[in-house]
Amino acid sequence: MPVLLWTDALVFLLVGALCVFAWTCARSETLRQGWRRVASNGIGMASAVVLAVFVAIGLLDSLHFRPALEKPGEGGKVAYSVDVLSVLDLLVAPLRERRERTYSAPLAVVAFQKETVQRPDGSQVREFPRLRHGGAHLADPATGRATDVAWRTAGGLLLGLAAAALFCTAWIAAIARVRRAAFRATAASVWHDSGDAQAPVHWRAFLLAVSVLLVVAAPVLLLSMHYHVLGTSKIGQSVLYLSLKSIRTSLVIGTLTTLVLMPFAVLLGIAAGYFKGWVDDLIQYVYTTIESIPSVLLIAAGVLLIQVYMETRPGLFETSAQRADFRLLMLCVILGLANWTGLCRLLRGEALKLRELEYVQAAHAFGVSHWRIIVRHLAPNMLHIVLISAVMGFSGLVLAEAVLSYVGVGVDPSMISFGTMINDARLEMAREPMVWWSLAAAFGFMLALVLAANLFADAVRDAFDPRSTVRRTGFRIGPARLAGRQGEGA
Amino acid sequence: MTAYLLRRLLYAVPILIGVNLLTFALFFMVNTPDDMARMQLGVKRVTPEAIEDWKRERGYDKPLFVNAAAQGGARFTDTIFFDKSVRLFVFDFGFSDDGRDIGREIRERMGPSLAIALPVFVLGLFAYVCAALLLVFFRQTVLDLAGVVACVVLMSVSAMFYIIGGQYLVSKAWRLAPISGFADGAAMVPFLLLPVVIGIVAGLGASTRWYRTIFLDEMGREYVRTARAKGLSEMRVLFGHVLRNAMIPILTGVVVVIPSLFLGSLLFESFFGIPGLGSYTIDAINAQDFAVVRAMVFLGSVLYIAGLVLTDLSYAWVDPRVRFS
Repeated sequence: MPVLLWTDALVFLLVGALCVFAWTCARSETLRQGWRRVASNGIGMASAVVLAVFVAIGLLDSLHFRPALEKPGEGGKVAYSVDVLSVLDLLVAPLRERRERTYSAPLAVVAFQKETVQRPDGSQVREFPRLRHGGAHLADPATGRATDVAWRTAGGLLLGLAAAALFCTAWIAAIARVRRAAFRATAASVWHDSGDAQAPVHWRAFLLAVSVLLVVAAPVLLLSMHYHVLGTSKIGQSVLYLSLKSIRTSLVIGTLTTLVLMPFAVLLGIAAGYFKGWVDDLIQYVYTTIESIPSVLLIAAGVLLIQVYMETRPGLFETSAQRADFRLLMLCVILGLANWTGLCRLLRGEALKLRELEYVQAAHAFGVSHWRIIVRHLAPNMLHIVLISAVMGFSGLVLAEAVLSYVGVGVDPSMISFGTMINDARLEMAREPMVWWSLAAAFGFMLALVLAANLFADAVRDAFDPRSTVRRTGFRIGPARLAGRQGEGA
Repeated sequence: MTAYLLRRLLYAVPILIGVNLLTFALFFMVNTPDDMARMQLGVKRVTPEAIEDWKRERGYDKPLFVNAAAQGGARFTDTIFFDKSVRLFVFDFGFSDDGRDIGREIRERMGPSLAIALPVFVLGLFAYVCAALLLVFFRQTVLDLAGVVACVVLMSVSAMFYIIGGQYLVSKAWRLAPISGFADGAAMVPFLLLPVVIGIVAGLGASTRWYRTIFLDEMGREYVRTARAKGLSEMRVLFGHVLRNAMIPILTGVVVVIPSLFLGSLLFESFFGIPGLGSYTIDAINAQDFAVVRAMVFLGSVLYIAGLVLTDLSYAWVDPRVRFS
């Protein structure tokens, strides 16, 4: 039975909105030029590839359903499990189902702690018991593990390299076909110069990024067939699985928050700048008031209230996943309501400037309605500000989720997210010997996601901010003025 | 000057009223005091009498805005709105839900909070400006590129990793500083060392990059060319001219940090066990003590507005062209 969670619906709404945006871009020459500049930026292209992988995982994880129970219930009615699974869960089913009892180190074959084991002859000894799944195929783990792991890693690397070579060849062949050029010449041009007039797309960065991802992913895939590559958590779940599931939570918070704040910021910002007078005064008053409350506190207050609301109405949700999902949605709404002021301020300033320009004045004189002036003449000229601030805000929101979950006002504790992983890791770090792998996994995945988002945001800003295209010298990363300072909040 | 200050302060009044109304609406109108009581007492198996008792003990049993049962002025003063919200304006925070005087707690915890927030702020500003000037001095060299890359990587790491990593390395592995805790007087210094250093490092990436762009913007100005034409050394140009002219954008950037000066150390206080306002807030959030959270929201806004006014005043100090008119 398919389940449409609230955030899923909004995620797909967002995908739809992006399609509309892509269509707008395809029709507008200036926007197309901007994206071409992003594509010709090597770092921008590489980070886009990484982001695309994260987004693909997040989208797969957004297709939810409830599996049917095997025994049909009374009267032939099919009963559905209370577990809500996603397509990603199906794809990585081995990761999800092969659970250990408790902690085990990455690639381990024995448990992390000694347990009292009953020998067949009746005697009891304290030893590290074998894992149920990790390295279970090995006859003699003490000697066989190292060679087995080495072989699998080497095989995975080879496989990854082969896949990368295949992909690059096919891709270059496709480019050669489009350009009607010889394969060898195309390969040479892709490798040497990437930003010429004929090939504005930085294919070299694209192919390198894909290759690196393949080379990293293949060994992990091979190893994870028989081991827990990143170890297991306290209740024996594979940490790799937890990390993959966390990606959706981060993406949802980063994108849906933007979706929530966009209408407020755009409508109020343009209205304030365009109409001036008492409208401007009122809107300025509202956002100054919201801004003067420290955002952590505002978010904390909001989440606490939602918590009370949910606790006192226990019958509201059918499954625990729906409950956690509602809380995630509300968190996005609260984050959006606390964060729209910055963009609103920027748009107000821009609208104040634009409304005095000749072409807007001319439209006025022709008797064009306010609404039409705003939609046809103002909004298209502010699109770049909205775009840049949406992209730049993303990484800050991903980081904020972790902090908020730690403070206790983030996602539902049952929801898998980087914040909850880090939170659990605090106690694990205090153990002796230390359980370091969940923290390391959260660190690695978050760094990859946030770094890619930051680099992509820089590329987008460089491409779309008119100020930075004027004076672009060397590798200078354009002025940060526009979207303000990020990573400061929380 | 005095007139300007007065006008700014008067301007703050409607904003504080707005904050006050907003928090009141959030805390008493989205969920009724009954909901709060049920939450605190456990959702199931709670009697109406227990809820009434809980509300009476904490003064939530009055009507919201108008008390029809009272006479004269008390019709409006003997209400939840007056008790819980209007009294905040004279910094009468009332009692927390577990019966402690919030005002006293705040006074006691202010010291430790400032002891960590101020050094992070002042030393951090100094460190970031120095690092940014260094990058600008070596602009368009490999060093600058490496610095910018390092900044982007540093700002992509969550502050929590800096804290956990720092605590592990410095306190657990190298045993250089105590892992957490606090003491009064001069004994607090060893406890503050680690949080202050980590606090500065955590902001290094974003801030250095920010100041670097400000300085680079200034480098393109004509007075810089004039200064070079005069034959000044690059160091003199940077420190004597660019730094002074960049003061205004730097100050504007500092405003952004002021609210986190008060609560940015929320995480740090909690991780390092410092009994300040931040850890007080986290404890209140975890205990779902709404009275404390409400008080902190109001206090936070007051401090933010005070910070804004101070920043405006300091504009005149760094830039003689600014006049208060």
